[in-house]
Amino acid sequence: MRMSKKPELLVTAGSITEVQRLLQAGASAVLVGEPKYGLRLPGTMTVELIEEAMPIVREHHAKLYVAVNQLLHNDTMKELPNYLAQLECAGVDAIVYGDPAILMIAKDSAPNTKLFWNAEMTSTNFVTARYWQKRGASRMVLARELNMEQVQEMKRELPDMEVEVQVHGMTNIYHSKRHLLQHYMRHIGKEAHLEEVGIERKLFLIEQERQDEKYPVYEDEHGTYVMSSDDVCIIEDLKLLLEAGLDSFKIETLLKPLHYNETVVRVYREAIDRYAEDPQSYQFNEQWLERIREVQDPERELSFGFFYKEQMY
Amino acid sequence: MTTTMKHERKYFGKRNRLDKPELLAPAGNLEKLKFAIHYGADAVYIGGQKYGLRSNADNFSFEEMREGVEFANKYGAKVFVATNIYAHNEDIEGLEDYLRKLEEVGISAIIVADPAIIETSQRVAPKLEVHVSTQQSVSNWQTVQFWKNEGAPRVVLARETSMEEIAEIKQHVDVEIEAFIHGAMCSSYSGRCVLSNHFTDRDSNRGGCCQSCRWRYDLFEDDRADAEDMEQKPALEPFKVGITQLPLFQEEQNPFTMSSKDLCMIDHLPDLVDSGVDSFKVEGRMKSIHYVATVTNVYRQAIDSYMADPEQYQLKPEWVEEMNKAANRPVNTGFFYEEPDHEDHIYEPEEKAVPYDFAGLVIDYDPETQLATVQQRNHFKPGTEVEFFGPKGFFFKQTIEAIYDEKGNSLDAARHPLQYVKVKVDQPVKYFDMMRKKNR
Repeated sequence: MRMSKKPELLVTAGSITEVQRLLQAGASAVLVGEPKYGLRLPGTMTVELIEEAMPIVREHHAKLYVAVNQLLHNDTMKELPNYLAQLECAGVDAIVYGDPAILMIAKDSAPNTKLFWNAEMTSTNFVTARYWQKRGASRMVLARELNMEQVQEMKRELPDMEVEVQVHGMTNIYHSKRHLLQHYMRHIGKEAHLEEVGIERKLFLIEQERQDEKYPVYEDEHGTYVMSSDDVCIIEDLKLLLEAGLDSFKIETLLKPLHYNETVVRVYREAIDRYAEDPQSYQFNEQWLERIREVQDPERELSFGFFYKEQMY
Repeated sequence: MTTTMKHERKYFGKRNRLDKPELLAPAGNLEKLKFAIHYGADAVYIGGQKYGLRSNADNFSFEEMREGVEFANKYGAKVFVATNIYAHNEDIEGLEDYLRKLEEVGISAIIVADPAIIETSQRVAPKLEVHVSTQQSVSNWQTVQFWKNEGAPRVVLARETSMEEIAEIKQHVDVEIEAFIHGAMCSSYSGRCVLSNHFTDRDSNRGGCCQSCRWRYDLFEDDRADAEDMEQKPALEPFKVGITQLPLFQEEQNPFTMSSKDLCMIDHLPDLVDSGVDSFKVEGRMKSIHYVATVTNVYRQAIDSYMADPEQYQLKPEWVEEMNKAANRPVNTGFFYEEPDHEDHIYEPEEKAVPYDFAGLVIDYDPETQLATVQQRNHFKPGTEVEFFGPKGFFFKQTIEAIYDEKGNSLDAARHPLQYVKVKVDQPVKYFDMMRKKNR
């Protein structure tokens, strides 16, 4: 029997070109935004660019979401009502928030736009998801530190709320408001500016006891970000997430070349379509993983993230 | 000599606690709770057996909480419980009972990050105040307003919030604001760090933080083919493993770290009061009795002195000296005035030792013989130079002459932990006064 509704395949995108090519490759939704309001985007998509992207998105019968999940200080508050109103006006499909201030502002400024709750590493249980649901959120974006059972349980407990889970790519593991790279450069006697420690510079950290693990690190106007040394890849066990009924599968495209992301999107697209055609006969295809491996940076592990990891505390 | 500098008011926030800002101290266990309160804390925060962020601390049982609350009540002080994890599904079970129990033993407030716990607490333990934790990284007035609307009488701000922002928040929202004024700091936005999860499989947002931000890292630049080249070439070719990473440091230079200096606001108390902060919070549930007592004692004196007469207030050099005796990290003012810069991080290897140690606790004093009964807390012997101190700035130095055991036998040293000994003291002392000595 065919699947009634395919889960969404969501990608982050940083430009019109990326929106276009990733939709072409099989994504059914894109997440975009600008660093002033959104966290860790692969490029800046201003309201103008979003307006430009909307027809492309519609042409593909896809969705466009905007990340407004930055950690917000007073000074941004004044501009937010206008920004959210512009987004609604541009016809975006949802606003992704982390800070509850957005909930309050959106009520007035973007009352007809859906709200997705994404507090990154702190979206960890279904009671909290329901809390935000009651206050207007229609989707929960799961923290990446959850395991498979918790992810499956989340959807069971949230039948009438969309649940999004990251299936592929790197994850953020640290966010500081401090400009740690510029500080360090200054400490070792180099003058450094934001442009030189930005995402394009491709800097990474190696912890002294863990020489095999490279942790990308970069700065933007909101501080310093450290990213995981591995790329989550759940393609082998995508079936479990499909069966569990998760609503959206996210591919993080940050810090990857476009052709890599296209390959990954195509693979997941194929897997989702195959499952949708006939869930009973669906099987993982070893070639899918092969195709990803071919473009994978050999210095970055393809891992199961926290899906099968026991964490202590 | 001190120069008198008249304080000029620059921040205009209105306090909800009109009388005085609260001094809120950490209490890692029952004994620390007693010291914190005796040395001047208006309230202490502790951890229970579950749902707190210091799983390594020797956290309180309900019985200990009850005793702590009883002790606090005698001083008119309050006890808060940090219930500040981000819960996972499996943590939900048992939560209701736990919160009811906290209410029953007389806890005044819980410090909470996860809305699941906020909501549950409001439902099952309505007498417990809900204070929104710094783990929520609240740093703007509208979010503060949101939490007030949700029934939280107090919000603990993100450590990234500046003095000016605090004053602004206070002008917009009529709610109690708590701010960290002293102690160690996450260099990340609290709650937005899973370094421990990645490095050691320990969940930092459920109490497993292993302080990976203080480890040493080397910084490199990836000099392999960039994205555009990748478009043109077969995928694997541009990757020449290992040979195209450029170190951005020289061999002899310090490695990169995210380790922050500690926060210390003793120099800026008037500004803090002006900004309208209702509760001055000291970090350190894992810190020693000596630390908690010393730091609390100093802030208590500073707050009281300022509130008694703001016009004549002066920072006393001995307060700063005292503070330094318990500190083991260099300090700064966090985000209160300016964003931290390169001098606000610790790149050098850390000096772990604290300059002074807790050597003995005064149990009793006999004015006739001028002998104090002291419970040994660290090795000391005749000839050791010690300092006695107590609440409200009580302080004197002396050299230990003779030491006797309880039967009056002379001892060549106080060697045994918790042993009761008698020493002659130069000034009258009383129960709860402390004796410290310099670290060798």
